[in-house]
Amino acid sequence: MANTSTNPSAAVGRTKASSLSAAVPRIILYTVLVLFCIYYLLPLYVMVVNSLKPLEEITAGGMMALPNEWTIAPWGSAWSTAQIGVDATGLRPYFVNSLVMVIPAVALSTILGALNGYVLTKWAFRGSTLLFGLLLFGCFIPFQMVLIPMARILGLTGLAGSVPGLVFVHLVYGIGFSTLYFRNYYAAFPTELVRAAQIDGAGFFTIFWRILLPSSGPIAVVCIIWQFTNIWNDFLFGASFSDFDSQPMTVALNNLVQSSTGVKEYNVHFAGAIMAALPTLLVYIVAGRYFVRGLMAGSVKG
Amino acid sequence: MSMTDMGGRPGFADRLRDALPKLVLSPSVAIVAIFVYGFIFFTLYLSFTDSRILPSFGWVGWQNYENLFRIRAWDTAVTNLIIFGSLYIIICCALGLLLAILLDQKIRAEGFIRTIYLYPMALSFIVTGVAWKWFLDPGIGLEAVVQGWGWESFEFNWIKDGDMAIYTIVIAAVWQTSGFVMAMFLAGLRGIDSEMLKAAQIDGASTLALYRRIVIPQLRPAFMSAFVVLAHMAIKSYDLVIALTNGGPGTATEVPATFMYSYTFTRNQMGIGAASAVIMLMTIAAIIVPYLWSELREKK
Amino acid sequence: MTMMKTLKLTAAAVALTASTAVAEDVEVLHWWTSGGEAAALNVLKDDLAGNDIGWQDMPVAGGGGGNAMTVLRARVTSGNAPTAVQMLGFDIQDWAAEGALANLNALAEEQKWNDVIPAAIQRFSTNDGAWVAAPVNVHSTNWVWANKALMDELGLEQPQSWDELVAAMEAAEAAGYTALAHGGQAWQDATIFDAVAMATGGPEFYQAAFVDLDEEALGSDTMKEAFDRMATLRGFVDDNFSGRDWNLATAMVINGEALFQMMGDWAKGEFLNAGKVPGQDFACFRFPGTQDQVTFNSDQFAMFKQGDMVSGEQSYLAESILSPTFQIAFNKVKGSVPARTDLDASELDACGQQGYEDFKAAAASGNLYGSMAHGHANPAAVKNAMYDVITAHFNGEYDSAAAVEELVTAVQINK
Repeated sequence: MANTSTNPSAAVGRTKASSLSAAVPRIILYTVLVLFCIYYLLPLYVMVVNSLKPLEEITAGGMMALPNEWTIAPWGSAWSTAQIGVDATGLRPYFVNSLVMVIPAVALSTILGALNGYVLTKWAFRGSTLLFGLLLFGCFIPFQMVLIPMARILGLTGLAGSVPGLVFVHLVYGIGFSTLYFRNYYAAFPTELVRAAQIDGAGFFTIFWRILLPSSGPIAVVCIIWQFTNIWNDFLFGASFSDFDSQPMTVALNNLVQSSTGVKEYNVHFAGAIMAALPTLLVYIVAGRYFVRGLMAGSVKG
Repeated sequence: MSMTDMGGRPGFADRLRDALPKLVLSPSVAIVAIFVYGFIFFTLYLSFTDSRILPSFGWVGWQNYENLFRIRAWDTAVTNLIIFGSLYIIICCALGLLLAILLDQKIRAEGFIRTIYLYPMALSFIVTGVAWKWFLDPGIGLEAVVQGWGWESFEFNWIKDGDMAIYTIVIAAVWQTSGFVMAMFLAGLRGIDSEMLKAAQIDGASTLALYRRIVIPQLRPAFMSAFVVLAHMAIKSYDLVIALTNGGPGTATEVPATFMYSYTFTRNQMGIGAASAVIMLMTIAAIIVPYLWSELREKK
Repeated sequence: MTMMKTLKLTAAAVALTASTAVAEDVEVLHWWTSGGEAAALNVLKDDLAGNDIGWQDMPVAGGGGGNAMTVLRARVTSGNAPTAVQMLGFDIQDWAAEGALANLNALAEEQKWNDVIPAAIQRFSTNDGAWVAAPVNVHSTNWVWANKALMDELGLEQPQSWDELVAAMEAAEAAGYTALAHGGQAWQDATIFDAVAMATGGPEFYQAAFVDLDEEALGSDTMKEAFDRMATLRGFVDDNFSGRDWNLATAMVINGEALFQMMGDWAKGEFLNAGKVPGQDFACFRFPGTQDQVTFNSDQFAMFKQGDMVSGEQSYLAESILSPTFQIAFNKVKGSVPARTDLDASELDACGQQGYEDFKAAAASGNLYGSMAHGHANPAAVKNAMYDVITAHFNGEYDSAAAVEELVTAVQINK
């Protein structure tokens, strides 16, 4: 990746001998980068540090301070014994609920986005750009607006309060962005290859399967990261369209953190919050290195 | 378009093959037609009805709109969205571009730093809200900590100040998304043809001029993607506001998303909520549609 | 007019596919997720389990029940309503008006609810002559919580009037304490305003302005004076109040940083959890000028229609909620008092017993008033519109005269 760096000054640097005067800007550069690292890490630091303190230390003040007495009890509590509803189950059971819902939703919306992007670029027809614009505008519809009519349709189709219903809702409102990503990616893909395959007699799906898909890895990563994050973190749909036995993680976390009366166990809240965020964090850390590559190959090009 | 119709009448299989791309696209089009545009029309209709707790179909004409514009919190919400939205988009783009350029200087541990810049995007404000609230709270957060270090006169109480609170929302929102924008620009930078840069350098162009004349103009597609993502986040900034200030102090940080939600669901004024949603959508359309149109049209 | 009629047609079809519940289970939507509240609900759950009725838990916390009400809207619209739903005040009336709630009259008659539940509570539990909800508790909101050690240190007696209250707070401030611990959230501002308006104008004024929404009362000089008093109270709050959660404000009183907090009886739990003893470490008294009145809010469980009849398990759940055992067990934990007036309260603590006596006395003398701040004086639309004005004024966006004007307009728009 480093070889593809385009920065002009680096190119200049190669022609000059490195000297002290060249080192000074580097030091400033690194200082600035590290300062921004601090800015981005601060909230996470606050959460991690406070999740490892006993509650008395938190109420005594000093939210930035390291724990005097380290404890992982809040983590255990948030995972398996914290009060979520009537039963003190911790977040554990809800974790599975979220996974069962998120994985199909992400997979389906990615596949659909890929097919849409393929059609819109390689099989463009009159008005296909307009259709794309209409799909994309769907990203901007406020979710508060769709709640009631969506509930009605889910009720009429018998999907209300079921996991497939929730998957469907996320699929519907994920189309805009997943299509955007794949369309922009495939637009940069050489059309000649597609035409050549057509002359060889390859059909619509064969071309997609054999030619487009094998090189779609990077953009699929981008799309998966985006959808996974959005769907995992969603609260409104998850709360409204789930049933008592399929409430997702965010709803449980909200129940843990927002309890109306009673002592707020901030350390447990923070531990639970980090726990609820771990899957998305993991996706970013593991897939993050492909992320820029995916964006580079696709979505930021015309 | 199809290469198969080499004379003769197209059979059913051929016609199916020709229609296949459209068939593949059609479920998405149908879904969006119903679940986006159908719902928009439904909301438009609701905005002219006496709906309160559930949709109801008694026609009341423009009354909801008249009431909407008499509600002061709506003015506040719209003003706040303008302040918040423009600052958020501008700062995120500027910061994202700056960080991308800095990271593009053959940085050691680039991947590591990139991940740090990027990770806030993974977290919702349900997760980070409390930490942010504490951090911004003068009693226990940044102000208290800096004063504790000995800088007694340091003040950072924006979140408690009705005039400044909206800017704390910008800070947190920028924190969440600027890394993502950085990644988009970084990808854009990496995609630029380095031959062109070398040629310009040989012609004696300065580094600054290189960026201004050659690099940044080529990032235009990245700007488009960033703009769409940022605009979408700005308009939907609901969790963020609820987590940080819940619209306060007073109604100082009310935004249209919170207004819409509160009128539709907590205040049982679905008609007014629908009216505000319609106004919002029209405004979004007025900004986004010309932009998308100009960007998409150019490609042809 | 409404969607409910068409909904009923589809409900039968949907029930076949959507209902995963066994006939004998109840699905309960509520927002009681903290340890104490959940423990209290478990009393109910165990009682039902004893009758082979399963409990399907559907907790949605946040926004003082706001999130749960949004979820309810979606669930009812999709024809998949929960069996029983925790609800407050006017929400019950709104849902009853939609025809969504089951009629509990047969049970109410058998259990003689009319005789043991005060009319002011029945106002919310019944709609159009039909019992539609079972009240769980009664919270009263016009309490002042005080740090006893601070009062002794400053030589203060329990204030009996507005002037004495102000004098006490001035003394605290002069001694370098925060006089009033308060969290700047709309509902907390409104909770104080409830008490201030009641004390300033008396119960008739409260009734006229907040319940009858009489424009004359809303725009009166008395209202202006109430706002002036709010401004005075604002002067006793620390700089850092805005957005603070109520329990953090309570902590300020517990820790001796602040003298008073004006908050409902749920604040007691915080004191008890911190190991404080009522009467010894902290004092609770009615907001000065409202000694005889009780402003209340009452959590209830409304039963959503599952068919034409009330189902057996719904009926049993309602009966169980109003049973003396549950009423006492629950309210002991929650800090509120039982909703029925015929119980032996000796199991409650000192503040609880005091609260229960106050409640019964107020009920008997007609001094039991629904709290505006907690949705028991007027519908959600009006309540929130009042919140806007009260909060804006408390944060200095309006002066008192402007606030009175805005209050009148707000009520006009949202009535």
